[in-house]
Amino acid sequence: MELALAPETLARWQFGITTVYHFLFVPLTISLAALTAGLQTAWVRTEKEKYLRATKFWGKLFLINIAMGVVTGIVQEFQFGMNWSDYSRFVGDIFGAPLAFEALIAFFFESTFIGLWIFGWDKLPKKIHLACIWMVSIGTILSAYFILAANSWMQHPVGYKIDKARGRAELTDFWAVLTQNTALSQAFHTLTAAFLTGGAFMVGISAYHLARKKHIREMKTTLRLGLITVVIAGMLTAISGDTLGKVMYKQQPMKMASAEALWDGQKPAPFSIFAYGNVEKGHNTVAIEIPGLLSFLADDNFTSYVPGINDVNKAEQQKFGPGDYRPNIPVAFWGFRWMIGFGMASFAIGLAGLWLTRKKFMLPRHLRVGEDEVPHLVLFKNQALGSKLSPWYWRIATWTMAFPLIANSWGWIFTETGRQPWVVYGVLQTRDAVSPGVSQAEVLTSMIVFTSLYAILAVVEVKLLAKYIKAGPPELTEADLNPPTKIGGDTRDADKPMAFSY
Amino acid sequence: MHLHDVWFVLIAVLWTGYFFLEGFDFGIGILTKLLARDRPERRVLINTIGPVWDGNEVWLLTAGGATFAAFPDWYATLFSGFYLPLLVILVCLIVRGVAFEYRAKRPEENWQRNWEHAIFWTSLIPAFLWGVAFGNIVRGVKIDQHFEYVGSVWDLLNPYALLGGLVTLTLFTFHGAVFTALKTVGHIRVRARKLALRVGLVAAVVALAFLLWTQAHSGNGRSLVALIAAVAALVAALAANQAGREGWSFALSGLTIVAAVAMLFLSLFPNVMPSTLNADWSLTVTNASSTPYTLKIMTWCAAIATPLVMLYQGWTYWVFRKRIGTQHIADIAH
Repeated sequence: MELALAPETLARWQFGITTVYHFLFVPLTISLAALTAGLQTAWVRTEKEKYLRATKFWGKLFLINIAMGVVTGIVQEFQFGMNWSDYSRFVGDIFGAPLAFEALIAFFFESTFIGLWIFGWDKLPKKIHLACIWMVSIGTILSAYFILAANSWMQHPVGYKIDKARGRAELTDFWAVLTQNTALSQAFHTLTAAFLTGGAFMVGISAYHLARKKHIREMKTTLRLGLITVVIAGMLTAISGDTLGKVMYKQQPMKMASAEALWDGQKPAPFSIFAYGNVEKGHNTVAIEIPGLLSFLADDNFTSYVPGINDVNKAEQQKFGPGDYRPNIPVAFWGFRWMIGFGMASFAIGLAGLWLTRKKFMLPRHLRVGEDEVPHLVLFKNQALGSKLSPWYWRIATWTMAFPLIANSWGWIFTETGRQPWVVYGVLQTRDAVSPGVSQAEVLTSMIVFTSLYAILAVVEVKLLAKYIKAGPPELTEADLNPPTKIGGDTRDADKPMAFSY
Repeated sequence: MHLHDVWFVLIAVLWTGYFFLEGFDFGIGILTKLLARDRPERRVLINTIGPVWDGNEVWLLTAGGATFAAFPDWYATLFSGFYLPLLVILVCLIVRGVAFEYRAKRPEENWQRNWEHAIFWTSLIPAFLWGVAFGNIVRGVKIDQHFEYVGSVWDLLNPYALLGGLVTLTLFTFHGAVFTALKTVGHIRVRARKLALRVGLVAAVVALAFLLWTQAHSGNGRSLVALIAAVAALVAALAANQAGREGWSFALSGLTIVAAVAMLFLSLFPNVMPSTLNADWSLTVTNASSTPYTLKIMTWCAAIATPLVMLYQGWTYWVFRKRIGTQHIADIAH
């Protein structure tokens, strides 16, 4: 009991809970900002009303989501100091800089232009208003990059030296921190996964409406946009994941071995589909494996040697002194599989959808539909799915909304717990990072407060999202179709109500 | 001037920006109960800051991030030491942000009223607690030789710090009232001016007492100048408010905040968190700072980004320069 509630354990749980929760909103924010911007661009360029209605609809969902992302992000910025003060002292010279950059460059950008976008419909000319949402999109991507560079430094510290006298790590090469391959591949992987998430969100909601034959014109457009996003982003997520895996194999062999429950080094090393093992004794009792695949994933070569958990543990004991350098193996093993499984499932569903809803060139005449009709789902050359199977595709496509969210969460759980016992790999252990002056009662209080607050807000948020999802795209007003020509709004009628107000 | 001195100034600037901007945001939140008489008036108030509150809050995140990067030990000691008050502030900021965004998203009376209560309390509590926090930073707290805060949460609630809390609370409310007078039309504008006078007088008394106490306890020549500037600006803001010069009044109430924060930081320097246990254990700009290399990179970033931020944030205020009245608020909830 005492151990289970040690301040370090509590602080770790709090970090896990608040971070995974925060990251439910982050990828949706990143991708929906860009997708909404894309829809609005289509409106500005074509002046087709369906694009404006879609912009308003997805923009609303985006705003409900980003509100949560912003407020839960504040906790992230401060909990390093609150719960991890020794970490902050040790790494602040390096880790603080990307965080400050993120705030100065990205947060200001996002928050200012989102305000302009929300309230700017009747205050800004069309093109300037459109530019605002693109600015928001750029802000979200920059923000992701800086924080991932900071996280990458924890995975693979570079560009630093240790100052023994002051007992801290000091920055020697900021450029290396920003551009090391860990940061680049992690940013690539996270951003592509973010677009997979937003694409699946769009597919799911569009499918929900199309299954009910509602808002067909807008939802067909966004189904297509969503499907294309899912397929491209899904493919890139797999490629970037492979790159990141190879980087990880070189930089954190323990994490790779744990992800595979590969206890002892093998040449060639197999990829494990299922394993059940004994952590105490350090071996698997059951394992179903594909020979050689892990060697290929790690090193691009089906016959390469991959070190096992026991080997790396021994090597680290020799290097860093006695201790257990193994992370939680089952969490790493299953986290890795849930991440890939759910991510790729949504990719497959997207790919299937893109084929099933393909357009006229590839369809016989009798299966083509007009602009206001739900597309037939055509599996084979001349035949649409029947009335039994079609609803199932729409249903599965709706569920796929949740898949990348689950995959993202497990991805982070995997990469963060897989690095344990280190907080900065090979440099600082998590147990040496907590705040020595913060009491058990204090951490417990804050963990309970955040967890309950987040739970309540989750209910509020999901209900609100559901309400707006079900309502569908709004009817357009006169004001929507006649945007102002001057900055600050046209002055025809001084008492005209604002187009948007809180 | 060393880079760590530059960063001391820059962090003071970031906090000043935060208190100047979120100061009137907090004030607006408090006025939703103090000034607004019905829902349309509450909505007028909320909408005066609608497009800008989020950007204003980023000044806090930047102050936090910059402290982490430039003075890691200051960040570590402050945030782990002031744990529970900070937890309360964080909870308030979370609820407050959601309240602004979600309040108008459902038409139900209950829903809107609950979020309005939330906006009031989550504005009032941080407005008070930031003053308490800064009171403690300037006065000094129990810090041991390892830079760890060893006092309790009750030590933070001492009379001097609580008085500091009252200063920020009243000053921000005043700042918000003056902002309301500048940004609204109709009855609410007239009443905002009247309320500004009353709140401003209370703020003047409390602020004078707190700043004199600060001057006596940890002041110096430069802080005295800032003190005089703060008091003079507050008196002038009140006078401008009485004369109906709303723009001037707002600029001067802002100047009051600038000068008051400047005074606190001038009294603090070269410490960043003095120890009341042993002067040698105080955190200073030298023993708490990052390396010159990190500070140099950060200086470049700040030198380029800060003016840009001020430029585009300033532009936002210009875009939304029109005054708002109840007639501008559409009936239907969005």
